[in-house]
Amino acid sequence: MRLVIRKDFEAVSYHVAKYVKERIKEFAPTATKPFVLGLPTGSSPVGVYRNLVKFHQAGELSFQHIITFNMDEYVGLPRDHPESYHSFMWSNLFKHVDILPENVHILDGNATDLDLECQRYEEKIAAVGGIELFLGGIGPDGHIAFNEPGSSLNSRTRVKTLAYDTIVANARFFDNDITKVPNLALTVGVATVMDAREVCIIITGAHKALALAKCIEEGVNHMWTVSAIQLHPRGMVVCDEDATLELHVKTVNYFKSIEKVHEQLIGSDNVGLQGGVRSWRGGAESTYHQ
Amino acid sequence: MQYPVALQLHNFISAPSSPEPSTPLPENTAKVIKITNCRVLKDRKIVEKDAIWIQDGKIIDPHKFFWYQKRLPDVVLDAEGLLVVPGFIEAQINGAFGVDFSVPSDQETYDRGLMKVSRGLLKYGTTSYCPTIVSSSAAVYHQVLPLLKPRPGSSDSGASILGAHVEGPFINEARVGAHELKVLQASANNGFQDFKNVYGFEGDTPEAQRKLSEENLHSVKIITCAPELDGVMESIPDLVKAGITVSVGHSMANTLQAEKAVSQGATFITHLFNAMPQFHHRDPGVIGLLGSRLDLPRPYYGLICDGIHVHPNSVKIAYDSHPEGVILVTDAMSAMGLSPGNYQLGNMDVTKEKDRVVIEGTNTLAGSVITLDACMRNFIQFTSCSLIEALEAVTLHPAVLLGIQDSKGVIKPGADADLVFLSDDLYVKRVFVAGQEVDLGTIHV
Repeated sequence: MRLVIRKDFEAVSYHVAKYVKERIKEFAPTATKPFVLGLPTGSSPVGVYRNLVKFHQAGELSFQHIITFNMDEYVGLPRDHPESYHSFMWSNLFKHVDILPENVHILDGNATDLDLECQRYEEKIAAVGGIELFLGGIGPDGHIAFNEPGSSLNSRTRVKTLAYDTIVANARFFDNDITKVPNLALTVGVATVMDAREVCIIITGAHKALALAKCIEEGVNHMWTVSAIQLHPRGMVVCDEDATLELHVKTVNYFKSIEKVHEQLIGSDNVGLQGGVRSWRGGAESTYHQ
Repeated sequence: MQYPVALQLHNFISAPSSPEPSTPLPENTAKVIKITNCRVLKDRKIVEKDAIWIQDGKIIDPHKFFWYQKRLPDVVLDAEGLLVVPGFIEAQINGAFGVDFSVPSDQETYDRGLMKVSRGLLKYGTTSYCPTIVSSSAAVYHQVLPLLKPRPGSSDSGASILGAHVEGPFINEARVGAHELKVLQASANNGFQDFKNVYGFEGDTPEAQRKLSEENLHSVKIITCAPELDGVMESIPDLVKAGITVSVGHSMANTLQAEKAVSQGATFITHLFNAMPQFHHRDPGVIGLLGSRLDLPRPYYGLICDGIHVHPNSVKIAYDSHPEGVILVTDAMSAMGLSPGNYQLGNMDVTKEKDRVVIEGTNTLAGSVITLDACMRNFIQFTSCSLIEALEAVTLHPAVLLGIQDSKGVIKPGADADLVFLSDDLYVKRVFVAGQEVDLGTIHV
């Protein structure tokens, strides 16, 4: 797993957005070989979306051959409610870019058969060949998507009851009235996310520091569901300095030193997107992964 | 709107019934136009780098379009960063391009004149207007009003017609302005019936009466009258009930009378400062309505903003005292829009200069020839108001006055797609009427 530490929220947002852009550029998607992207909502990815829109407006990134799958959606909330995840994705990303509406997938919280909707969602992901890169954030309780503490680490897309903590945290979007917050949601499972060929988690802010520490320095644990990333062959966490506050100094130093090695000895332009070294002492091309 | 309250866990068995369909709505396959890269006057704010979606001649909600119709727009136009605002609404205009609305003629000639003005006004950003008839005899009204029924606009036929503004004849001869004295009505002692008789709301037989009253009534959108005349004050509630906007103008009313007119239902002041007594500090008259402390909202007021009919300082004083009430009007006459030169308009010989018109051989103004976009630019200069305030004075305010703010004067889903694209210095660059772009180059008047 890579832990990339950046100065603050803005720097993290820029890094992740640039990574996504470069990853897509490297992939070179076409109509027959689209880039399948998994997307989160919430406060963590807002900066990433802002930067992606800027790249698009500067002509550096097209969404024409990109298929997206969002992580979750509230149950029972009208699609055009300002707090629905449909609305969030529309105003933060889709309305500014050239993505095709039929390539956008968000769980339908108003489906008459919710279980069938979840099943269909998994089938749609499989039908496009699986997710190439899944972006995500975490909650203060270390949950990924709406996989609250106690969720099976092998879970798939399903209906979830939201934890009291989550409902309280979300009340700020519903006139601070917790009776107005939906208490059910459709969410991709932990395994659904980890099935993606690459996972990139954005963790910013001091209030996420404990969760980050639990997920990286302690074991894989269903009480901190994002810890499942430890078992992913290509996992990456991008965080800001504040989020490292509960990590051991040794952990932080280790991950920072890897990047320093890259820059000083190898040169930042000689580092592949996954952190592998492109070439060594001018010799044959080879990639080393840490 | 009530949003679903969180469910009790033990009540949850299957999906809750929701207020919206989960199956897609019926397909609307009509062409969708997206105008990107614009600054938009939306919800009383200017939104940068925004876009406008249009279908079936109306603004649509792109959110619904994306999620339910799952289509991309058929046509994408680039506004190139221009400011896009609702089409302007003109509440008082007597004619233009050589056409005079108060001169009756056969329907074909009259319609041709109307279309000339409807098309020509688009150049100045006006996409809806109330053709204004000066005080006339009953015979003239009976002939002309049936020809001024409201009709929608289009990129070919020009601006939409909202109905007639009949300025008079129930006005005070002491403030007759440029109207003819002999056609004025000194009183309305039979109340609403007198109005109906003069304007031709009723015919001879009961059937003709009913038909005419329905048809003709809808032609009249605004009536300017002097509330101090006998019978007029009492008629105001009936006029308002008939769907007419009542405006105080060409009047000698004192402040008490003017305020009574407002409590009777008058909501507009016709060209404030003009054709009314000057401001007197102990009896401010109609102008005093701007300082009214009635429980009712203060009325809107029209301002001819050419800098000539009203001194720029007076414009600023009015604006400072009641900024939400300002509606800019041109009160333009038939020479508006004509190139400089000598013309015979009706029984008048006039000389049109670049932005004023005088009686030939004299320096006497023969009326106003200002355009509405120029009024707006002048208004900002005279008052230092914000851009949004100046724009609302020609869009939102007249729309609210006339009760049409759901379809005109605003950019919001459901409203008519009448749009004006303005350069940074507020000149009209592009115009859309009912969702279709107007080829301004083909408008020759």
